[in-house]
Amino acid sequence: MKWEVVIGLETHAQLSTCSKIFSGASTAFGASPNSQASAVDIALPGVLPVLNRGAVERAIRFGLAVGATISPRSIFARKNYFYPDLPKGYQISQYELPVVQGGALTIMVGDVEKTVKLTRAHLEEDAGKSLHEDFHGMSGIDLNRAGTPLLEIVTEPDMTSAEEAVAYAKALHALVQWIGICDGNMQEGSFRCDANVSVRRPGEPLGTRCEIKNLNSFRFMEQAIKYEVRRQTELIEDGGKVLQETRLYDPDKDETRSMRSKEDAMDYRYFPDPDLLPLEVSEKWIAQVKATMPELPKEQQKKFVAYGIPVKQANMLTANRETSTFALTTFAGAPAENVPMLANWIVGPLNAKLNQENVLISQCKVTPDLLRTLSMRVADGTISNSAATGTVLAAMWAGEGDPDAIIEKRGLKQISDSGEIGKIVDQVLAANAQQVADYKSGKEKAFNSLVGQIMKASKGKANPAQVNALLKQKLGAR
Amino acid sequence: MLNLTLKQLAAELAAKRVSSVEVTQYFLKRINGVGKALNAFISVDDERSLTAARAADELRAKGLAGPLTGIPVAHKDIFCAKGWLTTCASKILSNFVAPYDAHAIELFNRAGAVIAGKTNMDEFAMGSSNETSYYGPVKNPWDAAAVPGGSSGGSAAAVAARLVPVATGTDTGGSIRQPAALSGVCGLKPTYGVVSRYGMIAFASSLDQAGPFAKTSEDLALMMNVMAGFDARDSTSLERPTEDYTRDLAKSVRGLRIGLPVEFFARGMAPDVAKEVDQAVAEFRKLGCETVEVSLPNMKLSVPVYYVLAPAEASSNLSRFDGVRYGYRAPEYTDLADMYKKSRAQGFGAEVKRRILIGTYVLSHGYYDAYYLKAQRLRRLIAQDFVEAFKKCDVIMGPTAPTTAFNIGEKAGDPVQMYLSDIYTIAVNLAGLPGMSIPAGFGDKSRPVGLQIIGNYFDEARMLNVAHQYQQASDWHMRMPQGIE
Repeated sequence: MKWEVVIGLETHAQLSTCSKIFSGASTAFGASPNSQASAVDIALPGVLPVLNRGAVERAIRFGLAVGATISPRSIFARKNYFYPDLPKGYQISQYELPVVQGGALTIMVGDVEKTVKLTRAHLEEDAGKSLHEDFHGMSGIDLNRAGTPLLEIVTEPDMTSAEEAVAYAKALHALVQWIGICDGNMQEGSFRCDANVSVRRPGEPLGTRCEIKNLNSFRFMEQAIKYEVRRQTELIEDGGKVLQETRLYDPDKDETRSMRSKEDAMDYRYFPDPDLLPLEVSEKWIAQVKATMPELPKEQQKKFVAYGIPVKQANMLTANRETSTFALTTFAGAPAENVPMLANWIVGPLNAKLNQENVLISQCKVTPDLLRTLSMRVADGTISNSAATGTVLAAMWAGEGDPDAIIEKRGLKQISDSGEIGKIVDQVLAANAQQVADYKSGKEKAFNSLVGQIMKASKGKANPAQVNALLKQKLGAR
Repeated sequence: MLNLTLKQLAAELAAKRVSSVEVTQYFLKRINGVGKALNAFISVDDERSLTAARAADELRAKGLAGPLTGIPVAHKDIFCAKGWLTTCASKILSNFVAPYDAHAIELFNRAGAVIAGKTNMDEFAMGSSNETSYYGPVKNPWDAAAVPGGSSGGSAAAVAARLVPVATGTDTGGSIRQPAALSGVCGLKPTYGVVSRYGMIAFASSLDQAGPFAKTSEDLALMMNVMAGFDARDSTSLERPTEDYTRDLAKSVRGLRIGLPVEFFARGMAPDVAKEVDQAVAEFRKLGCETVEVSLPNMKLSVPVYYVLAPAEASSNLSRFDGVRYGYRAPEYTDLADMYKKSRAQGFGAEVKRRILIGTYVLSHGYYDAYYLKAQRLRRLIAQDFVEAFKKCDVIMGPTAPTTAFNIGEKAGDPVQMYLSDIYTIAVNLAGLPGMSIPAGFGDKSRPVGLQIIGNYFDEARMLNVAHQYQQASDWHMRMPQGIE
C-alpha cells in the first residue's frame, strides 16, 4: 500500500546584524570564547534587553520577500528552561504574536514548480555553546553566540518528499542571502533546519510527527528524512505506532535516534517579556524597508524566461543574486539569438570554473562585456563553441581580457575554407577505411567518430557545420 | 547635623561651613556606631565612601558642585554599584561584587553624591518586614521590637535613625511606601518608567520602580531631580522632558480635590491608623482642599492579582541565579541538575522559594489562562478604576499600611497576613501610578503612621507640592526616634 509523506521545516536563519539582538556585543564568528559576551549576554543581575532594530528590519525584509503579513504589533515572550549556555534561564523569543505571519515560497522540484506555504517567521535570540571537551570532566561555556539574532521560519506541512524538503531549504537558503539578511554559512551554523516528518495513508488525517534535529547540510537533510520515512512506514507496517518525539540525525550511522519524547517535553512557561515593549512596526517603516529591497529571484526568473530561457535554467541563473545580476548584465547588450548560448555558458563552464576555484562571479575576471563579445565570435563563425568555452574562456579567466586578441594570438580562427576542410576530410577518410565501411553498413556512430577525427586533425579549428556537410557529401559520393 | 534635611545640608556644604568629608565621616560614624544595632546596612566601606567625599569636595573647589554633591546617600542593596558587594540580601548573591553601576547609581555619582553604604532589605525585595533578609532583620528605630517594614526596610530605618540624610529604595508592591510609613519617613514611588531599572536587580519587571527616602517632601524632590530620566538601556524607561520636581513645592493647595476611596476607609484599617489619617485629611481641609469620595471597586483584587503576576515574573527573573556564572554555587553536587537544585535550594530563602513556586505554577501549561492571563485582565480593570477616580479628584489619599509597625516575628509565619500589609499600596504598582507616604502621626504604641498620597501619571511634582504644604503646617516629619543620638 502507498504511503504519503508529510514534511514541515523549521529553519533558524542567523540574521546578519553587526551586534546582537538585545545587546551591543559583536556577532562576528570565531572570536575567542566569551570575548563577545557583554553584561547583558552574561545575564548579570540587573541588566535589561534592548531590541536591535536591524534585526527587525531583516525580519521585515524576509516578510516582504515571501509576501507575508508584517504584524503591526508583535510580542516578545520568554521561553523558560535551565541550561548552562542559556544565561538568563530563559530565551527571548516570539510565541503568540510573531512579527511575520503567512507568506509562501515557490520552489522547483526537478522541472515542477511548487509553492510551499509559510506559517510564520519570528525573531529570537540564540543560546551560547557548551564545550564538553578539554575541560577534564567539566563543561566550558562560550557565550559569544548568546544573543545572536535568529529568524525562525516555519512552514506549513506542505512538502511530500525529501527532495521537496531539500528544494525548499535550498530556495530559502538562496533567498535569505539574496535579500541580505543571512550569510547562509551552514558550517558556522548561520542556517539550520529541523524537519517535522510524518507518514499517512492517502486521504487519512495527518500521522504522528517526529522532529528531526541536526540537519546541518542539505545532503544530511535528504538522508535523514529518507531514513525517517522508512523507519516510520516500517514501524506502522509491523503493527507499531509512531511516538511524537524529537530525534537526532547521526550522519555517521545514517539513522535518527530518539532524543526526547513528548512526555518529557518541557513546559516552557511562555509569557510576554515584561522587559520589552510590544514590537510595533509602522506602515512607514515597512515602506522604508520596501524601498531598499532588491528585485527578487522570482521577478528576475520572469525576465530570463522572457529571454526565451527555459524555466529550469532560469531557476539556476537565479540561484544567487550575483549570478543573476551577472546574467542580466550580460544579456542586456546581446542579440536575442545569442542569449541561450550565453545562459548555457554561465550555468555551465563558467559556473564550473567558479565552483572549482571558489571564486565569486562578481570577482572573476570574466566580465559580462567579455563574455558577450565572445558570443559574437561564435555567432559569426569566427571560432567554434568548443574553442570559445575551452581555450578562450580559460584565457579570459586567467585575465587575458579581450577575446579577439586571445583568438588572434592563439590562432583559434575557424577554418571555413571548404577547400582546406575538404583536404582534411579526404585525409581522414583515407586513413579510416574501416569506419567508413561501418558507416556504410548502417552504423551511425561511425559518423560522429569521423567528425571527431577531422576536428582533431584541424586542431579544433574546422567549422563543425562545414565539416558535417562535407563529410555527408563525401560519404554519400563514395 | 543630625536632623538637617538634605536641602539644609546642601546649603551648609555650599557655604563651605562643612566639607563632604566631614559630613561623610559624621554619618559613617553613626552607621558604624549607634546604627549598628539596627542592622540597616549590608555593606559599609568607609574608605570607598571617603574617597568619593574627597572627590566631591574637589568638585566643589572647582565650582562644579550641584545640590547633591558631597551628600551621603544610602542605596538599597538591590542596585548594582561598581566595586560594591551587591547581594539583594540573598545568600545566592552573597559573593557578588557588581562590575557596573545601575543607571540610578550612575546618576548619583554624576551628581557628586557619596555612596554611604548598601542597605539591608527583604531578600530580592520579597517581603514587607525586612525579615526575609539573609543578613537578618532590620530593627525599627522607633521600637527595636518592631519591623521597619519592607522590602526597603534598611533604607527607611537608616533615614529614620538619621544614619543618612537620604536613601534610595525600590517599590514593587509598596516596598518604599510601606517601610516609609512604618519607619516614620517620607518615601516616593514614581510613575513606572520614570527611573531606569537598568542595574536594579529585577523582582517583578512590570512593577519594579526605584524611588527616594528622605525626611521631607522637598528632599524627595531634590532626590528625584537626580534619579529620574530616560535611559536607553531600559526599554520601559520613558523619554520625557526633564522635570524640576521642586518647581511646584511652594504652590498653594487651596482648591485641590482630594479623593478618598471608600474602599480604603471601609474596613481593615486599624483604628489608631484611621485616627491619624483622618486628622491628616482634616489638616488638608484646613489648608483649603476639598475632599471627594471616590471608589476603586476592583482594589480588593489587587493582592491576589499581584500575587499571581509578581511571582510569575520573579520565577523567570530569578532563573539566572543558577550557580553557573556568578553568585553562590553549592560546594558539592553530582551532576548539572544536582548543581542547579542544590545551589538554588541552599542559595534562596523560604519566601523567595515560595514565590518562585507560585510563579512557576501560574505560568505552567494548563494554568496560564486561569491565573496569569486572568490576572493581567484584572490588572487593567484595577488601573481603569484609577482613571475613573482621577476624573473626580487631583490626588488620592488614604492610609499607606493597615497597621503601624508590627513586631518582629509577628507575621513571619503567616505569609497571607504579611501580604495583606501591602493592601493599600499594591494597586498603585499594578496601575503604574506614582505614590508616596509621609509621616502623619503616631499610633497606639507610639509607632509611626503614614499617609499615602497617590497621584495621576507623571504627577509627582503635584504630589510633592501637596506633601510639602502639609509639612509646612505640621512637624511629624521632623520628629526623631528616641535614643538614636
